[in-house]
Amino acid sequence: MGLVITNGRVIDPANDVDGVNTLYINDGFIAGVGDPPTDFETEREIDASGLIVCPGLIDIRARLREPGQEYKATLDSELSAAIAGGITTLCIPPDTDPVIDNPAMAQMIRQRAWQIGKSFIHPLGALTQGLKGESLTNMHALGGAGCVGVSNALAPVKDTVVMRRAMQYACTFDLTVFLNSQDPWLRGNGVVHEGEISTRLGLPAIPEAAETVGVARDLALIETTYARCHFNGLSTARAVDMLAHAKSVGLPVSADVTAHHLHLTEHDIGFFNTLCHVSPPLRGQRDRDRLRSALKEGVISAICSDHQPHEPDAKLTPFSESEPGISGLETLLPLTLKLVDDGLLDMPEAISLLTANPARILGIDSGHLGVGATADICIFDWDEHWVLDRNKMVSRGKNNPFQNWEFRGRVTHTLVGGEPAYGRPG
Amino acid sequence: MQYDSSGRLRHFLTIEGLERETLVHILDTAETFISFGEREIKKVPILRGKTVVNLFFENSTRTRTTFEIAAKRLSADVINLNPTRLSTSKGESVLDTVRNLEAMHTDLFVVRDAHSGAAYLIAQHVPSHVAIINAGDGRHAHPTQAMLDVFTIRQHKHEFKNLRVAIVGDILHSRVARSQIHALNILGTPEVRVVAPKTLLPTEVERLGVHPYTDMRRGLKDVDVVIMLRLQLERMQGTLIASEQEYFNLYGLTEDKLAQAKPDVLVMHPGPINRGLEIASDVADGPHSVILDQVTNGIAVRMSIMAMVMGGQAGRKKA
Repeated sequence: MGLVITNGRVIDPANDVDGVNTLYINDGFIAGVGDPPTDFETEREIDASGLIVCPGLIDIRARLREPGQEYKATLDSELSAAIAGGITTLCIPPDTDPVIDNPAMAQMIRQRAWQIGKSFIHPLGALTQGLKGESLTNMHALGGAGCVGVSNALAPVKDTVVMRRAMQYACTFDLTVFLNSQDPWLRGNGVVHEGEISTRLGLPAIPEAAETVGVARDLALIETTYARCHFNGLSTARAVDMLAHAKSVGLPVSADVTAHHLHLTEHDIGFFNTLCHVSPPLRGQRDRDRLRSALKEGVISAICSDHQPHEPDAKLTPFSESEPGISGLETLLPLTLKLVDDGLLDMPEAISLLTANPARILGIDSGHLGVGATADICIFDWDEHWVLDRNKMVSRGKNNPFQNWEFRGRVTHTLVGGEPAYGRPG
Repeated sequence: MQYDSSGRLRHFLTIEGLERETLVHILDTAETFISFGEREIKKVPILRGKTVVNLFFENSTRTRTTFEIAAKRLSADVINLNPTRLSTSKGESVLDTVRNLEAMHTDLFVVRDAHSGAAYLIAQHVPSHVAIINAGDGRHAHPTQAMLDVFTIRQHKHEFKNLRVAIVGDILHSRVARSQIHALNILGTPEVRVVAPKTLLPTEVERLGVHPYTDMRRGLKDVDVVIMLRLQLERMQGTLIASEQEYFNLYGLTEDKLAQAKPDVLVMHPGPINRGLEIASDVADGPHSVILDQVTNGIAVRMSIMAMVMGGQAGRKKA
């Protein structure tokens, strides 16, 4: 069947496309850009006049809570939230319950997503058995089952020998290692950045050095193993500088940043706002500014939601007892577009941070609109100004600190595999 | 948060952000309550018919007792509860406990909890006629303690504008120190010092408005007031101080170190004291010590604060 999207400003950074154009979609694939393919029969048309048409967004890190924490959210609820946010591909960490440390788990989750039929899910496999940091997983089998990389998620690998061998083993099968580099001892039981706010509120603190030491250790191991590694959610200026240096000497490294670390600092915690309890913690102004400039310089090449939906009770506790994380699928695009509105990025740069770049990091053929590509498409209205009401988010988790923020740009349509999966009501 | 829309104090959660006038009013009111303890009939009917719940999730004998006496002298009905709670979302949460008690028509909760921010959380979730007093939350604040400390200082020194005050000990973990620093600064104390080894000083402590010292002799030079903090050994985790012996040698208050201070220096301690660890017995019991005055004053100051949050017209914030 033929679907045509007309009059939209098509932005496809991977193919260097930016201009008003027509997209032709046939049988779920992009069949033509600009010129109709031969024998194309238009059965449906989406008039995208005044709208921006870009590849469906790729969220490099989102927790969907299933299996194991269905009281927080389910694959069904969160995949609905994803398409409402224009996200057509998600990469999930292996810290589900049970852990994705065997091929059956990886296949089961992919199959569940397939049945639900919304966004695609690419799981990461566990780096060590049960994420215990002791023995390696069957990485070759995990890769065969569709894992696009391996990670120990938030669980530390304290033993440097284990980490070194895990990198070597992953490298053997050309699997990217996704790292949450933090020194577990310096991190301790900390819940906020060590600084003015931790001192004022008397909350257990995580020093900048926790990230510095963690990243330094892992970079040293990357130097010896030459394993391809991706740093998840850097939070400090210091770590960004270290990464910039590592890239400049040719180490195979990449990094992402969460959308919230680009906009919030420790000061947003105010008086114990548990919605701002995230891991790694919100840092200082200088760190936030460095994370932003790193995007512009290409040192950090992707923005992710680090989506962590929670039930209300998880945040209705004293700060240090609350569970970290933000329900962020539906604010990923708006927060990224805010960087365009702020003048930091131009529109194609912003879109590539959510499409082509994460596709490259994950090693998947997605995030572009070339002829033959799967027709995963996000259409949004850049001229729509709106105010977030977190209680109206689609996600089961309403834990989002951007309540009442005014945003510019809102998703109107999301297509997955050429099928309209989401259309904004009204 | 602590003031209502008409500027009236409705919760007492932290000293931070309070107006100078509010603090002075609390002290002045406490002054009038001081004599009550010596009377034949120790009660006033200010809180008659009101229900006060002392909700102590963390154990305490001294603070809870003074709150209980204070409430009873104000003629309130007092209930003491020491619920144990689980630190996960399973089981009854802090808010569940509060909601249950609130359903029994409690008017005032005095809350202590081991986690910073607990009193704030509760204050955010109670109806407008219910008041919350923070009796200590984690490392964050212990505002009634700080008020009785500044009350005691005022009793002896009369005003704050020429004072130099040193707070010595575990500043990092101390909710008492944080509240004292705010109270002293709001009342116009020109110089507040904190004295501790670097392991017990929080990052960027200067931003609270204090001058940090690691050498106790220098830190006590010419001060008018020395406030010693309790060293909580259970929090020491083995790497914050090297040994009790070295700690006492360097930071224990002895006659010898006290000689650096002004001749009429006051020695204070929120209690309970560890004799021979943070303070020598002869200093604790010596002529400069006002430690027992603090305990006595605690009742009057807490009466004053309870009366204020329970709807006296006093404590109005200046527009």
